[in-house]
Amino acid sequence: MDLRLEGVSHRYDALPVLEDVDLAACDGEILAIIGPSGCGKSTLLQLAGGLIQPSGGTVTMAGAVPPDCLNPITYVFQDFALLPWRTVAGNVALALEHHPLARTELRDRVADALSRLGLSEFADALPRQLSGGMRQRVGIARALVVNPAVLLLDEPMSALDAQTRELLIDDFLGVWLQQKTTALYVTHNLAEALRLADRVAVFSRRPGRLREVVAVPIPQAERNQPAARLELAKIQDALWSLIRDEASAADREMAHV
Amino acid sequence: MSETGASGLGGERRPVPFRGGGFVLRPHRIAGAAGLLALIALWQIGSTRGWISALMAPAPSEVLAALGVIAADGTLAVHLGASLGRIGSGWALGTATGLAAGLAMGMFSLARAAGLPVVSALFPIPKIALLPLLILWFGIGEPSKVATIALGTFFPTAIATFSAVDGVPRSLIRMAQSFGVPAPRIVWSIVLPGALPGILAGFRITASIALILVVAAEMIGAEFGIGAFILQAGNLMRTDQLLAGVVVLSVLGLLVAALLSWAEWVLLRWR
Repeated sequence: MDLRLEGVSHRYDALPVLEDVDLAACDGEILAIIGPSGCGKSTLLQLAGGLIQPSGGTVTMAGAVPPDCLNPITYVFQDFALLPWRTVAGNVALALEHHPLARTELRDRVADALSRLGLSEFADALPRQLSGGMRQRVGIARALVVNPAVLLLDEPMSALDAQTRELLIDDFLGVWLQQKTTALYVTHNLAEALRLADRVAVFSRRPGRLREVVAVPIPQAERNQPAARLELAKIQDALWSLIRDEASAADREMAHV
Repeated sequence: MSETGASGLGGERRPVPFRGGGFVLRPHRIAGAAGLLALIALWQIGSTRGWISALMAPAPSEVLAALGVIAADGTLAVHLGASLGRIGSGWALGTATGLAAGLAMGMFSLARAAGLPVVSALFPIPKIALLPLLILWFGIGEPSKVATIALGTFFPTAIATFSAVDGVPRSLIRMAQSFGVPAPRIVWSIVLPGALPGILAGFRITASIALILVVAAEMIGAEFGIGAFILQAGNLMRTDQLLAGVVVLSVLGLLVAALLSWAEWVLLRWR
């Protein structure tokens, strides 16, 4: 499924955060969104999934939804957003419980999602017993259990340490390659964007405008090979020179509240 | 690889002094019981030696004996039953309405804007001061006492529930919305369990308030009840019975606290 933002602007009271954004995530691609902190990346993602209403412009979706998809546009959150009083299986089941599913089907879907993320043996664990990486695996399993048409990932790795992040990116990619669900992936980590994305959308600092969309012409499965790494490093340098000044200026900006 | 390599640089070797001691609390199970027993033993010794007047403060053994007597002849059951009935119905009424009001104030802007000033203004009033008014409204019988306890527990419950609901992370509610979970189910599956620790903490407060209010209300006008029993014993200079009533109240408070601890242990195991 495609997800298209047209002329989208947003302001919080008097503070403009996004201006006139035209951007589309096409079927089966990962579109990474990078930009300096405070450029409205997270706002963009909330607009894309209908969690907030844009001050201007439209968000539309087009195309077929996968079979037995229960929640076409589904989020993975930076802070995991797990219910601490529910087990791993219970957290994943939360996404299904309000749908009219037979108990056995619910259980099967939860078990399937858990096994895809390697969580089967943790089904009865509570979130507090898990490491950050495992918690985010639960967050991803909860997103996949509804068979989404579009995944919206809001800096899903940024609460994790570097090593955990590497492992989880590999796992996420492995799961993603099986279905190639359309994904919007917000991050401030260039290397992460270049490991995962088919295209990288670069945003300016606040108010966020789309500056450039850079394609990454290497299949995700091949990006660990030495030749590809060289190519990716070049793209990374180009991206960094694009956002370097903006990031520096954003860093020196004082809060207006 | 030579950690001692710098030792040749001179100077006498001195140990780094340990400075991290203290400020760590360790459980002392026996000390807790021993403190209480020592106090009772001291009191008993003081009474038997005649240091403490038997009329003003009878020995623990005499209080215990008085307790045995009123337990055996059914007096205790009548008074305790009356008090527990009032606490039960008053607390249940105040808690049910307080929960509803607190939930509404926690979730709806209009209810919060309208309700919070009212609750904040009425909360500090000692509810026992309203008993004479409630007696005028409802008569001297049970309803006025139940209403006093209900009022006394309503406000702390409403405020505890309100702040507990307010403290449920917005991100969890957003998450549920993003999965299309309907609003009533969000309240049941996320808001209520998330607010439960704060609500149970409120129960601890309202349980002790209910105990205070039932005794006070029974002292103002009741035939039966622990408060009435203590007052009658005082009027008859039966200090052994008076203190037996006080012991019953103490045990009642401890039992309620233990019950709530157990409820927290069962319901909040996830913490």
